[in-house]
Amino acid sequence: MRVKKFIPLFAFVLLTGLLFRGLSIDPTALPAARLGQPFPPFAQPELLSGDEISDAALTSKPALVNVWATWCYSCRVEHPYLLSLAEQGIPIYGLNYKDDSAKARDWLEQLGDPYRLNIVDVEGSVGLDLGVYGAPETYVLDADGYIVHRHVGVLDEGVFTRDFSRWFPVAATSESMPAAGGRL
Amino acid sequence: MIPELGHVALIIAFVLAMGLAVVPLWGTMRHDIAAMNMAPSLALGVTVFVGMAFALLATSFLQDDFSVAVVAANSNSLLPPIFKFSALWGNHEGSLLLWVLILSGWMTAVAYFSRGLPLEMVARVLSVMGMIAVGFLAFSLLTSNPFERLLPNTPLDGNDLNPLLQDPGLIIHPPLLYMGYVGLSVPFAFAIAALLGGRLDASWARWSRPWTNVAWGFLSLGIMLGSWWAYYELGWGGWWFWDPVENASFMPWLMGTALVHSLAATEKRGVFRSWTVLLAIFAFSLSLLGTFLVRSGVLTSVHAFASDPERGLFILIFLALVVGGSLLLYALRAPSVASRVSYTGVSRESLLMVNNLVFTVATIVVLLGTLFPLVMDAFSLGKYSVGPPYFNAVFVPLMALVMPFMTAGPLSRWREDSAKRWLHELLMPGVGVLVVALVLASLGRDGFNIWIALAVLLAGWVALGVIKDLWRRIASAPDGELKWRRLTPSFMGMTLAHLGFAAVVLGAVVVTQGNQERDLRMAVGDVEELGGYRFELLRLGQQAGPNYLAEQAVFEVTRDGQIIAGLVPEKRRYFASGQIMTEAAIDASLWRDLYIALGEPIGEDAWAVRLQYKPMVRWLWLGSLMIGLGALVTALDRRYRSQAVRKPVPTSGVAGLAG
Amino acid sequence: MRRVEKVLILSALWCLLSVSLGARAVIETYAFSSQDLEARYHLLSQELRCPKCQNQNIADSNAPIARDLRVVLFEQLEAGATDDEILAFMVARYGEFVRYRPGMDRQTLLLWAAPGLLLVFGAAGLISHFRQRRVRAPGVLTDVEQDQIEQLLREPRA
Repeated sequence: MRVKKFIPLFAFVLLTGLLFRGLSIDPTALPAARLGQPFPPFAQPELLSGDEISDAALTSKPALVNVWATWCYSCRVEHPYLLSLAEQGIPIYGLNYKDDSAKARDWLEQLGDPYRLNIVDVEGSVGLDLGVYGAPETYVLDADGYIVHRHVGVLDEGVFTRDFSRWFPVAATSESMPAAGGRL
Repeated sequence: MIPELGHVALIIAFVLAMGLAVVPLWGTMRHDIAAMNMAPSLALGVTVFVGMAFALLATSFLQDDFSVAVVAANSNSLLPPIFKFSALWGNHEGSLLLWVLILSGWMTAVAYFSRGLPLEMVARVLSVMGMIAVGFLAFSLLTSNPFERLLPNTPLDGNDLNPLLQDPGLIIHPPLLYMGYVGLSVPFAFAIAALLGGRLDASWARWSRPWTNVAWGFLSLGIMLGSWWAYYELGWGGWWFWDPVENASFMPWLMGTALVHSLAATEKRGVFRSWTVLLAIFAFSLSLLGTFLVRSGVLTSVHAFASDPERGLFILIFLALVVGGSLLLYALRAPSVASRVSYTGVSRESLLMVNNLVFTVATIVVLLGTLFPLVMDAFSLGKYSVGPPYFNAVFVPLMALVMPFMTAGPLSRWREDSAKRWLHELLMPGVGVLVVALVLASLGRDGFNIWIALAVLLAGWVALGVIKDLWRRIASAPDGELKWRRLTPSFMGMTLAHLGFAAVVLGAVVVTQGNQERDLRMAVGDVEELGGYRFELLRLGQQAGPNYLAEQAVFEVTRDGQIIAGLVPEKRRYFASGQIMTEAAIDASLWRDLYIALGEPIGEDAWAVRLQYKPMVRWLWLGSLMIGLGALVTALDRRYRSQAVRKPVPTSGVAGLAG
Repeated sequence: MRRVEKVLILSALWCLLSVSLGARAVIETYAFSSQDLEARYHLLSQELRCPKCQNQNIADSNAPIARDLRVVLFEQLEAGATDDEILAFMVARYGEFVRYRPGMDRQTLLLWAAPGLLLVFGAAGLISHFRQRRVRAPGVLTDVEQDQIEQLLREPRA
């Protein structure tokens, strides 16, 4: 009889534990639905050459796939960092998402081209198959070509060191590591 | 200077609240009458100083003092004065101050109206409320100081109040809602006081019952206003979204519904005593939980305040102390002896238990649905969303389940009744309602609609039971004379609330089933038909408001050649924030609303327009209004007022049974 | 530190773009080939959650991604896809998260079974409560009367 009276307290303790755990979870952080799957098949033009390419063209692995567009302000912010990653030899493929191809070519000409290839996705259909929310987003393909990570928003050194470096150990420079762990 | 004074007032209020939390309670342990007698004055003191802080913050808002951070973030010099005032609670810090102000208001009211109660009881109740005030004042002072200054970088003008909140509905919605939320602290405090004192009897239930009804009534009205506001202001004609923030206010309401009914049984018959105490604790715990959910950022919602994990942690710790402490007290002190009162499975007690079962299950289900995504996330089981389709699928059957019992409830007798008598009382009305339901449901546009049939059946069933009960009360005298004096406020309130519930159910089902909606491209001169009405777009224009510029479309609505209404939906651009807002135009009436909202312009002279025909949507709010007012009316009952003058304990049971 | 701040501001901006427009009604004029398709469009667009919004369905959200998904929904409906196919398509790309009505599987079993189980257990509890009660002889004191007696015994009239 007595024990029964402790049930509400017990349930409440469980609830409090859950809520406490909830404080350190970011409800808006969503893992990509395509994690653990190969890059979705596509057949689209390449931005600079105009040749039709398919998912077979993503040959160097592990690699980054960067979703970008000229209308995306944050893409301009992360662009220099992408260039420096490319300089370190990390293969980056671009997905030019719902963009004007002429503007995109100008952008690469002016700001430099970190990409090995650029998939033209005017309709956003490759983006849809990939589960893209918007630009910028950056995906990691592992050595077997499987999608293993997705980052939404600006990619910078802090994010790279924290989340990306295990697939690209060479590039993990140890200089100036910002306080990671906060919600960015 | 004014903000600093406000800050000092808040600190003084905090110190007084500390005194209130400790001194009278200490007095009850030491039987120190002087210490216990301090409780009302301390409660009043807290109210005065919180009121001062509130008034000073309001002054800062009205004087456009943008050196105060919350004013700069939530107001603007162009804002109309009434919205400058309501902007005070359109943000986390200010609304918290409103929370505390209302809490202290309830404390003072309890102190004033409970002068006839035993001193120990009053001292305990006020001390418990004082503890809650301490927690919230500390929360305000330590993590969310509303008087924080932006010095020396004072902005020239403020960021403006979110245009969504620049609305008359939002001036009164939060205060009413908080009246309900916070008002549940009164039955909570009474429950804790009773546990502390070791006396859980019918008189305890009678003291706490009017407070519970009033708080629950305010909560009903607050939720109603929120739903009404969402309907006309969000611009798409929905009235309930099962958003976590809505659920945060709905869960205490559901639990409160169970509490209100359980208290009735406890007061009149002395049964379910532990259960009622537990419900009182749960109802207020859920309102604290709601505060946590809305302000911690644990769940995503369109309406949530800017979230901050530090604040979340503070409320969580407070929540753990208050609720954990109460439940521990309950576990240790609640009477473990089963109730000795006799009643059978066919009695009013058993029907009230069905109410309690259904509303408790409904509360748990809403809680589960709200927290499910968090649970899955916490155990890394994936990201889930639980939304309206789930809640409707589980909630609607629960409500349908409780309604048949609702009819029998008021007609039934305490202790022992017979199913045969129920059948005798309700068979004819039942058959009548069934016929009406079948006929009404076949009159619709698309032929027979089973859902409308069920809704009319259940709502009509409840309404008939209520009306029959009403008639039986006033007409049962042998001389045939109508006995209006038998209609006590508590009976009238119950009747009103039950009818209101039936109206809400009917409105909800009819508007969901009969809603007609078309998204169209309309240019000047275009005519469209919907629900038997003819909508003509007469012209487009512009209109400047105090702090916005509106694009307008002028519509004329006719039916059979007769002009019904001129409707002018707007698309507003607010200067300060640049935000764009849809102002829907609505022609409201008891049986249908016509609802026009503007989308985006298409080309030069055309707009995307949404026309809606919403049958009986007003019944939702009319019914909720009846529920809320009904609850408030019950508190006027003489037997609650007389408690102040007579010594309540020895005679309570008899009075309760007679009433 | 500088850089972190900048990123914070940028991500805030990024979010604002998709969120701040929330108060605008979404009104689009698709030309459906049948009323049945239009009705299904309304139902499905309310059951699908905008992946990058503060708890809004794709019908009510102005975010670009919600607009894209509405187009996809419209096209798939017109192409003759069933509701299940459309939901499967969306879940494959955006995860279970996009469904406001979680699918019934092992993980969500508790969610879907809870209402029924609670009701059944509760009702069973009530029935057993009344069974016990029936055994009790009538005519014993009510709690109220018992309290009064205790009260009288405890504190003689002052």
